[in-house]
Amino acid sequence: MNSLSLESLYSLNGYILLASILFSIGIIGVLTRKNIIVLFMSIELMLNAVNLLLVAFSVHHGDPNGQVFVFFVMAVAAAEITIGLAILVMTYRNTGSISLDSLNKLKW
Amino acid sequence: MNTSILFLILSVISIVSALCVIFARNPVYSVLMLIVVFFSIAGHLILLRAEFLAIVNIVVYAGAIMVLFLFVIMMLNLNLAVETPTKLLSKIAAVIAAGLLLITLLGAVKGTEVPGPFLSAKAAEIGTVKNLGKVLFGEFLLPFELSSVLFLSAMIGAVMLGKKNLNEN
Repeated sequence: MNSLSLESLYSLNGYILLASILFSIGIIGVLTRKNIIVLFMSIELMLNAVNLLLVAFSVHHGDPNGQVFVFFVMAVAAAEITIGLAILVMTYRNTGSISLDSLNKLKW
Repeated sequence: MNTSILFLILSVISIVSALCVIFARNPVYSVLMLIVVFFSIAGHLILLRAEFLAIVNIVVYAGAIMVLFLFVIMMLNLNLAVETPTKLLSKIAAVIAAGLLLITLLGAVKGTEVPGPFLSAKAAEIGTVKNLGKVLFGEFLLPFELSSVLFLSAMIGAVMLGKKNLNEN
């Protein structure tokens, strides 16, 4: 990325830049917010950034394995969100709050 | 030239919406902004000729997972829930940590140039449903069947975790 012209942005380096920025924004969300719902959404943001980068590389090399892997990443993300939200509902029923600070004891 | 401008517009929409996801106070606003992020990433995938994944992205992420989030928020009235504010020092530390990761990732690829065109010659045909289906049901048949077992276990787990405890009196 020696020169940031518009043409040089639409390239593999441009997609690496975009996916890295989205991933870092997801990390800021995970580390900053205490709301469990926003935490799950930041994890989804990170997964989507990785999906985008996988597809960019797959298209660059002409290899469909990258896109099939993205398919499985989406399947795993859906299963994980299901279990995560079930745990959230159970936690809310037991502690009455969705702030992450309410989960700072192993047994209460 | 048109694809570069389109790439820039979609990237700006993605990044601004992602920042709104993590900085919005109301979790419902975060969900709506995340739906905008998913649509912009689907736009990027269409730009990359991966049309099957773009549509699956919208149907699975924006259509099912975000609706699930909204169900949970609306059912438990979580938009009224108060979140304890994080200390300013924690926020600064989080931004520094993520910024360091970003600098490391970008520093690793700085100055590198991949030779050849960005989109390979076969790019348009590997993103189609037919070709992706051939690979998925040919080479990746076992992970495909195992992901159905994964979904079954996730469903059973979600139902078991969501039940009210009927044993306690």
